[in-house]
Amino acid sequence: MMVADHNFVGRSLETIGAWMLGILWLLPLLYAVWTAFHPAAYATHFDLFAPLTLKNLVAAWQAAPFARYLVNTVMLVTLILAAQFVLCTLAAFAFARLTFPGRDLLFAVVLLQLMVMPDVLLVENYRTLVQLHLVDTILGIALPYLGSAFGIFLLRQTFLTIPQPLDDAARLEGCGLLARLWRVYVPLAKPTYIAYGLVSVSYHWNNFLWPLIITNSVTTRPLTVGLSVFATTDQGIDWSIVTAATLMTSAPLLVAFLLFQRQFVASFMRAGIR
Amino acid sequence: MIRRRTLLTTTAGMLAAPAILRAQTVQKLTFYYPVAVGGPLAAIMDGYCKAFQTETGIAVEAVYAGDYSATMIKAVTAIRGGAGPQFAVLLAAEMHSLQDQDILVSLDDIGLDADARKWLDGFYPAFMANSHADGKTWSVPFQRSTAVFYYSKAAFQDSGLDPDKFPTTWAELGDTAAKLVKRDASGKVTRWGIKMAGDLGNAQWTFGALANQAEQKLMNDAGNEVFFSQPKTIEAMAYWRGLAETHHAAPDGVSNWSQLSPDFLEGNVAIIQHTTGNLTNLRDKAQFPFGVAGLAGKNSPHTVVGGGNMYFFRSATPAEQQAALRFARWVSAPERAADWSIRTGYIATSPAAYDTPALKEYIAKFPAANVARTFLSVATGELSVHENQRVYKALTDSIQACLNGSKTPTQAMTDAQGEAERILKPYKRA
Amino acid sequence: MRRETLHAYLLLLPALILLVAFTHWPALETLIDSLYSTPHGARPAPFVGLANYSDLRDDPVFWQALRNNAIYAAATIPASIVLALLMALAVNGALPGRSALRLAYFIPTMLPMIAVANIWLFFYTPDYGLFDRVLGWFGGGRHNWLGDAATALPAMIAVAVWKEAGFFMIFYLAALQTMPTDLREAAALEGSSRWNYFRRVTLPLLMPTTLFVLVNAVINAFRVIDHIVVMTRGGPDNATTLLLYYIYETGFRFWDTATAATLTIVLLGILALTAWLQFGVLGRRVHYR
Repeated sequence: MMVADHNFVGRSLETIGAWMLGILWLLPLLYAVWTAFHPAAYATHFDLFAPLTLKNLVAAWQAAPFARYLVNTVMLVTLILAAQFVLCTLAAFAFARLTFPGRDLLFAVVLLQLMVMPDVLLVENYRTLVQLHLVDTILGIALPYLGSAFGIFLLRQTFLTIPQPLDDAARLEGCGLLARLWRVYVPLAKPTYIAYGLVSVSYHWNNFLWPLIITNSVTTRPLTVGLSVFATTDQGIDWSIVTAATLMTSAPLLVAFLLFQRQFVASFMRAGIR
Repeated sequence: MIRRRTLLTTTAGMLAAPAILRAQTVQKLTFYYPVAVGGPLAAIMDGYCKAFQTETGIAVEAVYAGDYSATMIKAVTAIRGGAGPQFAVLLAAEMHSLQDQDILVSLDDIGLDADARKWLDGFYPAFMANSHADGKTWSVPFQRSTAVFYYSKAAFQDSGLDPDKFPTTWAELGDTAAKLVKRDASGKVTRWGIKMAGDLGNAQWTFGALANQAEQKLMNDAGNEVFFSQPKTIEAMAYWRGLAETHHAAPDGVSNWSQLSPDFLEGNVAIIQHTTGNLTNLRDKAQFPFGVAGLAGKNSPHTVVGGGNMYFFRSATPAEQQAALRFARWVSAPERAADWSIRTGYIATSPAAYDTPALKEYIAKFPAANVARTFLSVATGELSVHENQRVYKALTDSIQACLNGSKTPTQAMTDAQGEAERILKPYKRA
Repeated sequence: MRRETLHAYLLLLPALILLVAFTHWPALETLIDSLYSTPHGARPAPFVGLANYSDLRDDPVFWQALRNNAIYAAATIPASIVLALLMALAVNGALPGRSALRLAYFIPTMLPMIAVANIWLFFYTPDYGLFDRVLGWFGGGRHNWLGDAATALPAMIAVAVWKEAGFFMIFYLAALQTMPTDLREAAALEGSSRWNYFRRVTLPLLMPTTLFVLVNAVINAFRVIDHIVVMTRGGPDNATTLLLYYIYETGFRFWDTATAATLTIVLLGILALTAWLQFGVLGRRVHYR
């Protein structure tokens, strides 16, 4: 009896604890929702019967070309993801299944990038892009990230676990290198692609410093840079407008995650990220 | 170095190509400007650009890039990247540092005829203070301001003070601010008397006003010497610290610029030192009567000017430079300067603007809009030296240390002076 | 050359070229740049050898940045990892409403730091900001969270942990859900307590995930400075200046590219050291299946 009570109390405390943490974690979003839908006067007063309004969202939408920023961000993230998938798949396959001189050395060289992100080398990378005439272009933002050591590392690990007999069977059927890759390895690595996709999309959707430095005009700015430009003014912070803009720009990712969260977690499991 | 040469040749090549293509006619200009809150200001600027295009056929794209510091970073980065704007509105005080970067072109070099010289003479002298070097003019005023006090008349009445009489000396200000402090039952402050900004990018402006009030200039005209450790400068710092430490009218520690307006509107503080450019914003949002007053002074009021000038960049083609100059002249015409002033609260840059009917009418209706202008004669220029941002940081670090109580005013100012001298040493030879 | 070797190099080349062009080559360039002084306008840059490094050694702000980053890393890394593990355990168990909880924990990851920095600014606003107000109900005083050197860095640490814990939780969750249940049943049969089971079985099996999460946490502790840029700009008096922020400021606000290069080499050195520690030392103690 005592043990059961003890257990129940213990579990209840855990539940309450987890829930309080959850609410704490949600606080910023809850505040954003409150402030975005109430008039400016209620940004700091939490009066339950305050009137609701859509004016902040309208004002924020008109204040800066968020639609364009959204388009830029989607283009950027898609470009990066597509290129990373292709480049990393090819490289990972070479490291996993082919033998050639210098393989281990080259893999070590690749791994060096795991710890050193292009963001750290801001000044030099900026100069390189100047020489390539790619400053203030979406390709310019994407270029340093296309060769992703993390992607190569993950995919190589996955490819290594694919059973050799499958590969042999394909080879017997007369498939060349690329055909084997496409028919056997890529489909079996789908969970890894999804997991890596999630990491890459959320990283680049959130990326700020490098795009800040590289982009100058509205036609290339992603959402993060657009938001930061929008929020710093001589007149001080206007919570209602800023939170409205924040919600607008975060909504796509939030909705996407809401719809696909089960798939994401499941794919992480199967990708065997450990 | 081989790499630099490659960089220069590629940049030159890249710049030459479009120049050859656009030799005579300029189709489009880009210019960066700061301080957009989006909404009203961006729309106004876009309106001006459209009107300019209708009149002259030159399209001007106004790109807002954040606050002054962010705009400068963006503009210089873009120009060094070979893809920059033709002109930009940047802090008037940045002239020396921008010159160091070798990216500016003087108005004289673009070409000034007699008409243009008359135009330059038409600006308020206080606003041209940061524009001259080597006998040439490097920028023209656009959105200029002085530091003023905004004060809540409701709070004055609440504390038994006369809302139409604002203190003019340091002693009076300290007393008044102390009286305005309101505490709740437990002794916690619910309304502060006064707040002034001490964050990076604004601390030096606040301090510039205080130093001027102690009748001390912070730098020399050549921009290679500073006077932080002079007794009067230390006095100014001591006064600022004293508002919190002695009068208990301001909170301990550093207040951020971006916080002052919301705090004021919230009723959390009775007096804030801010820019005239905030006037229209406060007028739209305040739910209590408020007034605008000139800054105080040790013995008499003094203030500091600030704001942005238009700079022109060497990387633009001669035709583009002239088009940019044309835009500058167009947008600073009295009617437009008056319009900008009414809609933002910045001071119109020429006396002629104040003679336009629009501005006369506005001031008649809203006298507070005229307060800032009346203090131009006792205003000094903002801190402007070589390696400006670095010196700003050195000064701000010391100010913040003092406001937080970790350094005495003397120690803080001596440290700032030492640091600034170290930074400015290479510039003293010239 | 054997055909396989040729094919291998062809497959590798695109990714490798980009990698080298934007990581290894710039790192080398940075090293070279740190041996020259900053070019000013049209004047060329003279070779100064190790002078930049000795100047850096005499720069108090540099040491402060190092100190700040060390404290920042020492706080955010364990906190976010431990919280991530706790969250994963909570959400993995039979907790009521765990789908919603999982979403709640993960949401910070989906919001760009820039977007939420302003919201956190409100939370940290003195007097009428959320934290001060709530603390006020319990009789707390006024706090200038971001303007006081003592609380500014902890405030930034809190924001970082909030942002990252949910992201790491997903990795732990995936690992927990693939752990065999028969181990737990066997342990229960033997009368082993939950804590014992956790310590002896779960934790060691999670070591690979922990190592993976640790790598990411370390990288982020040095890489993510968005909140500093928006909320404190390194202040007050350099209390929140982190190494990468100092590099950004030196390189792009002061245009002192030589000092920025020197600082970058120091940062690279630190990252290399931590990488060696993680993979070399810890990696050996990890159990793989």
